[in-house]
Amino acid sequence: MGKHIKTLSGRTLQESMRKGGCGECRTSCQSACKTSCTVGNQACENRNNK
Amino acid sequence: MIHAYTFDGTNIVFDVNSNQVHVVDEPSFNLIKDYETLAVNELKAKYGPVYGTAVVEEILEEIAELKDKGLLFSADPLAGGITLPEREPMVKALCLHLAHDCNLRCRYCFAGQGDFGGDRGLMPADVGRKALDLLLAASGSRRHVEVDFFGGEPLLNRPVMLELVDYGQVKAREAGKEIKFTLTTNTLLFDLDLQRFVGENNLAVVLSIDGRPGVHDRMRPTPAGKGSYGRVAERVVQFINSPYVGEHYVRGTFTRHNLDFSEDVRHLAELGCRKISVEPVVAGAGTDYALRDEDVPEIMLEYEKLTRFILENHQNGNPIDFFHFNVELEEGPCLAKRLTGCSAGLEYLAVSPQGDLYPCHQFVGRDEYKMGTVFNGAVDKKTAYLFAKAHIYNKNACKNCWAKFNCSGGCHANALAFNNSLLEPYRLGCILARKRLECALYLKVMLNKSYT
Repeated sequence: MGKHIKTLSGRTLQESMRKGGCGECRTSCQSACKTSCTVGNQACENRNNK
Repeated sequence: MIHAYTFDGTNIVFDVNSNQVHVVDEPSFNLIKDYETLAVNELKAKYGPVYGTAVVEEILEEIAELKDKGLLFSADPLAGGITLPEREPMVKALCLHLAHDCNLRCRYCFAGQGDFGGDRGLMPADVGRKALDLLLAASGSRRHVEVDFFGGEPLLNRPVMLELVDYGQVKAREAGKEIKFTLTTNTLLFDLDLQRFVGENNLAVVLSIDGRPGVHDRMRPTPAGKGSYGRVAERVVQFINSPYVGEHYVRGTFTRHNLDFSEDVRHLAELGCRKISVEPVVAGAGTDYALRDEDVPEIMLEYEKLTRFILENHQNGNPIDFFHFNVELEEGPCLAKRLTGCSAGLEYLAVSPQGDLYPCHQFVGRDEYKMGTVFNGAVDKKTAYLFAKAHIYNKNACKNCWAKFNCSGGCHANALAFNNSLLEPYRLGCILARKRLECALYLKVMLNKSYT
């Protein structure tokens, strides 16, 4: 953690590409959202990726 | 690409291509904003006299380290774009329109007040069973499948819904899959027996209520033109306090008649709701309730007000889950998922009461987008490919947008409705999505004790 810049740790998109695309996650419009697409709030369902 | 902004004194730098969030002090905030346009000696010359040479050098070192790790000023993960292969749609979610009829006459209903512009009608059980058969077959190797009971008001077709839950569970088990059902209801027919049923069968529920009585009644009248708030609120409160409550959202719509919609969220919270979604109306310019460009400044301030309200509730130990302020940073979706968003027309289809297939619930009844029927089981590949190509690397408006990997290009139906093109997102929707992401990232920072 830097003195001036603090980073919230998380999976980078580059890392996510390695084992991504399994398609087990929810389709985003099936939740509360029926008129505005929301994707970034979803959790990855690929257990091998964690 | 970065997005640097300040929310209530907290400086946030979001690195777009890695999806990393940095909380920075004021000198770093200014240096980072200039980092890509000024050389190192220029940065030292500009900021050395302000913050001191030692501080500037420390910050430059931190930036360089983060850059090396791919966490700041990172490269595009798919530099040069991507061409997705034309493939058989792998459908893993269906929206079943159990009823093209409704016991309310909501003014903003995109379903044409329940009938989707066609005849009012209920989905027969055999159409529903065929749809579930199609889902289980077309989902191929995918283990998780989803079904949303939608309408109109799906509970007008209650016996078919009950039968389909049973049928789907049996068939999914036989196929070695997990099936998840969601019911979207205006609550009027959501009685205790049904509440028990959804609890026992693990259905997720979306309960529609707009907020304060006057706001709700104005847009969600009964067919006789009376308000529906009293009966709806009673059901909502009954369900969220019931032993059968499980996964759910209490969902409202805001229009230009209630641009102070944070008060509606507050009202729902006062009713005891803790999982709330209040979303902007999508409506053509010809209506009195459609959001207009001139409303944007007020909506922006309202989202900020709402952010403070949500934060305050979290800090007081009474957290509210506001759907549009959720962002998953730790274990978020992979890049492939982020390219086309909702996957309408590819992995997600809607089924009309007659068994016709459409890319999503918003396309139902539009013949030019019909993708087949549940009876022959084949899904039109040509239309699916149109939707596959509508990804963020093919949309000009997304190319330089800092929110693209989180909104994933926005709603296809809105893009078509406002711009007549799947490749041109609905501009007002983009503005609001960016604001909500700013609020969401700020809340993520503020609720993470290590960074505040």
